[in-house]
Parts: sequence; structure tokens; C-alpha cells
Amino acid sequence: MSRTHVLRRAMLTGAALTLAATGLAACGGSSDSSGGAVTIADSWTKATDGPMTGSFGILSNSSSSDITVTAATSPVAGMVELHETVMVDGQMQMQQDPEGFTIPAGGSFTLEPGGYHVMLMSLTGAIAPGQEVPITLTLSNGESVTYTTVAKDFAGGNESYEPSPSMSMSMG
Amino acid sequence: MAISRRQFVTGAALGVGGIAVGAAGATAVAASQSTEPVAGTQVEPFYGPHQSGISTPAQAYAVFAAYDLRPGVTRVEAGRMMRLLSDDAARLTQGRPALGDTEPELAAAASRLTVTFGFGPAFFDRLGLAVQRPPSLRQLPGFEIDALEDRWSGGDLLIQVCADDPITVSHAQRMLWKDARAFVAARWRQDGFLTARGSAEPGTTPRNLLGQVDGTVNPRSTEDFDALVWSDGPPSWFAGGTMLAVRRIRMDLDRWDRVNRPDREQTIGRTLDTGAPLTGTDEFDEPDLAELGPNGFPVISDFAHIRRARPSGASGPQFLRRGYNYDLGEDTSGVTDAGHIFAAYAADLETQFVPVQQALSDIDLLNQWTKPIGSAVFALPPGAPEGGWVGQTLLG
Repeated sequence: MSRTHVLRRAMLTGAALTLAATGLAACGGSSDSSGGAVTIADSWTKATDGPMTGSFGILSNSSSSDITVTAATSPVAGMVELHETVMVDGQMQMQQDPEGFTIPAGGSFTLEPGGYHVMLMSLTGAIAPGQEVPITLTLSNGESVTYTTVAKDFAGGNESYEPSPSMSMSMG
Repeated sequence: MAISRRQFVTGAALGVGGIAVGAAGATAVAASQSTEPVAGTQVEPFYGPHQSGISTPAQAYAVFAAYDLRPGVTRVEAGRMMRLLSDDAARLTQGRPALGDTEPELAAAASRLTVTFGFGPAFFDRLGLAVQRPPSLRQLPGFEIDALEDRWSGGDLLIQVCADDPITVSHAQRMLWKDARAFVAARWRQDGFLTARGSAEPGTTPRNLLGQVDGTVNPRSTEDFDALVWSDGPPSWFAGGTMLAVRRIRMDLDRWDRVNRPDREQTIGRTLDTGAPLTGTDEFDEPDLAELGPNGFPVISDFAHIRRARPSGASGPQFLRRGYNYDLGEDTSGVTDAGHIFAAYAADLETQFVPVQQALSDIDLLNQWTKPIGSAVFALPPGAPEGGWVGQTLLG
């Protein structure tokens, strides 16, 4: 069984560079939290009328120690998991990341379609484009960070919905 | 010695030419002489008191796209849409991908990208905001020369995308559509072009497909824009905004081909080579509408376009023209489908633009070869402050 992380590429660097330029107001409707060592920028959630969806963004850690996101919650979801996307027997699949998301000291960690993401499940209702979706992350340093993402109409990121070969191909 | 001296002088003159047109000109010259992607790195601001893409020097390519609100869309949802679209525009215009951009590499070259939003008359009615509609914002009256087609007319939401790179325009337009489509349905789209960046000195008045210099009389100074383009309201939310009329003008190039050069110049009242009025020598000379020729007739015909375009007799611009050419090529019967996407921006279309259009509709030699086939009007909200969004003063 091969197990290969996907889509973690040099884009991480480019994405991180945009962080400073992205104001907290993030006029797309998302408000990016601050206060602790961990912040998130460019956050968004895939709009859906289905039972689950993914949420994305760029986590940054301004402290001198690695910090791990160990859990997440959202008022719009009955259950939230931290997911990774892996290659299993030649097919893209999502699964819970048992280790959580570790943000390196002074570095960043990108959540993106086809890669690591926050998985919102047992949704309490449809998530419409432009709707605000709050999320709270629990951190290994005992803190938590709450932020608001904006929902966007997005055609990709379908592994969880239809893990068929054709859908998997579309993420390649 | 003489030869080498002449070569030296020529080279120096070319250098001066490049410098004399200013920083932008120097950039264009540099772009043509090096492999540095200078044009791609140039950005226009998104945030500010006015939306970009109006007083912005016209980019080489434009898409004007109109959409209709989907049934049942509320004011709150329209606000969500404008926040999403403003966020996309704020990023893309600075050469950064939009959130969820599936082709982030296509966003890298901003190429002076601007994204400009507008609301059609029905936008206000459908959202229960009729009282907030600028009082004179209504579809233009039918003019006698009009042969309007629904497929080029009307619309609730306008998204104008302009850039010097057609890839940039395409990517931005599609990204905006993907975030708009939950709220609106596509109505029409008009793709236009001007002279490519670097082909002429910046600031050169463009030409239309009839070969005419088109756009000589236009606001250029801040004072002009304040006086003619930017509205002070009412309504108060509209202060800093402007109105836009988009009219698709089909040009009968096949019949224009039969017209000889002197008659072409009489039609417009300007020479074809420099665009100077027939009574002058320079493009920007003021036309002398009273000057008579040797046979006692006016040098600039009573029916010439530039005379008819001044119904009040006033000189100077009355609104901003920032149009683009279109060319869909010849159809299977051999007829050329080409023309001009006429775009007029005015603080009040009814008082500034309609009288001119009425006079041109009544009599204008140019009407023999031009036919309006589309018409739409929009209120373009003021610009957004940093962190805000376009339309916030109306929908927020």
C-alpha cells in the first residue's frame, strides 16, 4: 500500500508570502484570528448542500516551538476532523490525520483542496456561497484559535463525496 | 565621419524619444527591448475612492459581461456576492490568486488588471432598493437609429475586466464568474480590444475599426473627472460612483470599404491621418465649426459627426468615452461582424449623454455605417476602502 502525500509543493512558499499582504479584514468575509502564536490567513470553506465539506487556509506559527492542531469544532458541523489526502492503491482518498497538523516554529502549514484540510461533517444545513463559517482549532500548547471563513463555490475537492476513480483523477 | 555622426545622432534621438514620453513610455520601450516581463508586473490599485477601470488609462483588452440576478436572491445575498467578487478583484488586480483559485499561475501577471462593477436599473427593484436607485438611472430611450438586440442589452450586474494581457483578462473574468454564478445568470458578454501595449506611445488616442482616431475629446484631468464623471449623489451611497452606458455599435465595414478617403473625412469632420479637425492641423486643435470653405459651405459639414456630437455648441468633453473594438470576423455569407463597444461614463447619463446621442441619432453622416445593436446602463458604485467591498454603501 503506497501512501503519498499530495499537492504539498512549493506553492506553500508562495502562499505564505501572500500572508502579510492579506489584511485581517479579508474582504471576502473571512476574519482571520490573531492573539496567540497561531494565525490563519486566506481561509475559506467549500460551499455545499451536502452533508460534509472541507475548509482551507494558511496556518502560521509565530512562536519558537512547533505547535500542533489537535482538534477542531464548528457550530455548523456536528463533527469536525483533521484530514489528510493520501494515495491508496493508486487512488486519492481522504482520511483522518492521526497526528494532527503540526505547524513548524516560525513557519506555516497550508490547508488546501487535495491536501490537508479541516473536514466539516454532519452539517447542520447547507453552506451557501458567501456564507460565513466559524471554526475553532484546539492547539497542542493549550490554546485555541477561532476564525471565520467565507464559503466559496468550488468544483474540486471531491474525494470525500465521490471517491470514484474519475473524481480522483480530477484531483491529480 | 559624417556617417558615424549621423548614426550617433539617430541613436540619441531614439533615446530621447523613449525618455520624453515619461516613465510609462520608458517602460514600454524597455519592454520591447528586453525579455523582462515589465508589463506583467504593473498593477493598478483596487481600493480607493473611485473604482479603477474608469479613469485608468485604457488597457489593451476588455471584457464587459452582464448578468441577471437569479430569482429570489436577497439583498443580503447580493452583499455576500459583492464581498466575494471584491475579494477576488482585490487579489487578482495585485497579481495574486483568488481564494480557491484553481489556476493560480494565471493570476501572476496582473498586467494592469482592473475589475469594475456596476448595477443595472432592475438590480435595485429586485432587491427592494428602488428608492436607492440613482433617479436618472434607466435604460436609454429608444433612438431612431437603434436596432437593439436582447442578447446585447440590459442586465442587472456588470463586471468590466480590463488588462494589457488577454490571459489575465480571461482568468480574472472566469474566476469572478465562478464566484458570481450562485447569485446570477449570464446575460451577455462583449470582448474588446485596443492597440496592444507597447505598439504606440502611452496616451495615444486609440483608433476604431473605421480607421478613425476615436476619443480625442475626453476628460483627462482630475478636474474634468470631478466635473463630468464622479457623482456627488443623490443617493448618498452613490457619491464617488458614476454611470455607464455600454452600447454595441455594429460597423458596416463592407460598405465603408466603398467610401473614398475625402468622404470618410467629411463624415467625421476630422482627417484620418492625425485625427485633426478639418479646420486644424493637430488632433487636439479646437474645431472651427464656423469656418467656411472656398465654395461658401462649412469646412466641417453640418452633418459631420463631430459637429452633431456638440448639440449645445459647447466645446470640451461632456462625458468619458472608454470604448473598445470588437471583431468577430466574417460570417459564412461573407459579411464582417465588427464594430465598437461604446462605453460612456458620466455622473448623470440623462443630462450628459442622452442629448448627445439624440442629436447623433437625428442626423449624423456616420449613421450610414454604424448601427447600435446593444444598449445597457449601470450605476458603478464608488470604490471600496481597504478591507471594504464595492457596493457596501448600498448593500452593507
